Amino acid sequence: MDREATTIEIDLLLEAIFRKYGYDFRDYARASLKRRLRHRMSQEKIQSYSEMQHNLLYNTAFFDRLLESLSVSVTEMFRDPNVYRILRESVIPILNKRPLLKVWHAGCCTGEEVYSMAILLHEADLLNRTQIYATDFNQKSLNSAKKSCFHKSKIRNFSENYQHSGGTNSLLDYVTMQGDYAYIADSLKTQILFTDHNLATDWAFGEMDLIFCRNVLIYFNKTLQSRVVKLFQESLAPAGFICLGHKETLEFLDSEDKFKEIESNSRIYKVKQYQVNQ
Amino acid sequence: MNQSLTHLPEEASESPCAKVVLIGVSTGGLKALCAILPALPADFPWPVLIVQHQHPDADDYLAQLLNEQCQIKIKQSDEKERIRPGTGYLAPANYHLLLEEDLTLSLSLDPPVNFSRPAVDVLFESAVDAMGQNCIGIILTGANKDGAKGLAEINHAGGTTVVQNPAQAVATAMPLAAMALITPDHILNLQEIGSWLVEHAKTHKEEI
Ligand SMILES: C[S@@+](CC[C@H](N)C(=O)[O-])C[C@H]1O[C@@H](n2cnc3c(N)ncnc32)[C@H](O)[C@@H]1O
Repeated sequence: MDREATTIEIDLLLEAIFRKYGYDFRDYARASLKRRLRHRMSQEKIQSYSEMQHNLLYNTAFFDRLLESLSVSVTEMFRDPNVYRILRESVIPILNKRPLLKVWHAGCCTGEEVYSMAILLHEADLLNRTQIYATDFNQKSLNSAKKSCFHKSKIRNFSENYQHSGGTNSLLDYVTMQGDYAYIADSLKTQILFTDHNLATDWAFGEMDLIFCRNVLIYFNKTLQSRVVKLFQESLAPAGFICLGHKETLEFLDSEDKFKEIESNSRIYKVKQYQVNQ
Repeated sequence: MNQSLTHLPEEASESPCAKVVLIGVSTGGLKALCAILPALPADFPWPVLIVQHQHPDADDYLAQLLNEQCQIKIKQSDEKERIRPGTGYLAPANYHLLLEEDLTLSLSLDPPVNFSRPAVDVLFESAVDAMGQNCIGIILTGANKDGAKGLAEINHAGGTTVVQNPAQAVATAMPLAAMALITPDHILNLQEIGSWLVEHAKTHKEEI
């Protein structure tokens, strides 16, 4: 196979998506993007990227399916419980001193991470003075996040994660069962606003005390990662925090010197405060 | 920008990563890796990328253990890290490991492939996109069929394929699945693979 020709075909396909629909995948990490494109191709029984380009330009339903394939909608409640434990022990006590809080979940997927944080804030008696913004570029995920339910088969894993995060209640205290689904308690939802936001093309959000962006940056190349980290810098309150995914770091990016990891490998970073004369 | 131009085959001889070694292994992996990797000298000229199926919660114990026993450096892969000669990169538990065309590593949380994350097929197929005929794919012991498809793609791209002798493997399914799709260039016993790699690297150097 001619690798250079394939690269051109994919570049053109991504350009077509951007110009027709405004979704910008041009600076996504290519290797896994390609896998997802190929997966869609075989599902649609399409032979080439060029054929795919033609289809998506003239068929919106086709594009919707492609978009679904390109956004990786996997998430868990209290994924990487240790991170939530560190949030409980080291971050929440600091946030507790602030009168009002703003938390942003960027790339919130179907909401599991958002509800996990709401539980943490509730347990620290902070939820009622917090505004949580939860954003994703996938409308379908946002809709299901708003429904705020998950299949009962997931309860066990989520409960274990919750316990490992240092939770002292039972996760079941926060849900009501209806048929095969567990519904998150309404009291956890009042402070959450779900909205559409694309990290590749949209702009900063007001002064956040804590930004979660977990397992989203791994899908971006360095150019887009830098853009997004800059966007976060502009969206953070002084002494704000950023929480990344388990295998994500600010280490390879230019912004590294502006942040300090609060505990090694915690993936929770604090904006460095420069010494100001008192 | 076409970054792949920086490592076209013509230039490959000068590139620090003329070839890449790819290893896929599952059940019985620790022993198998310990039989191969310590045989590689510190100045082994190529990077080694390894997918060992692990429990999703596993930490980087395996990387530490192997690092202690090897002359090449062994580490768990970091996101966006550039691969270097004489270094072994293990896929972290619960993430797919992929090679980008600019020879950096990327990780993904895409759903499991062949019930596995990391999956051997995911690594091998991305490596073929990045390095084509300069891939050396090695399938070792394992109780599933992950890696067979990826090894076949390496074969079709003109790369080199090695399968552990199934008669000797702790679990035969992975080697056999690979051999059902292609005839590998080499079928070797575990103890032979390390020295074969060293020899292969020497021959390659002399050809330049
Ligand atoms: C693997 S999920 C991670 C979900 C959650 N943060 C977690 O860690 O469990 C990645 C999410 O990022 C979203 N995403 C990908 N690209 C995005 C973009 N450019 N803007 C906003 N969200 C994006 C996807 O739709 C998906 O919901």
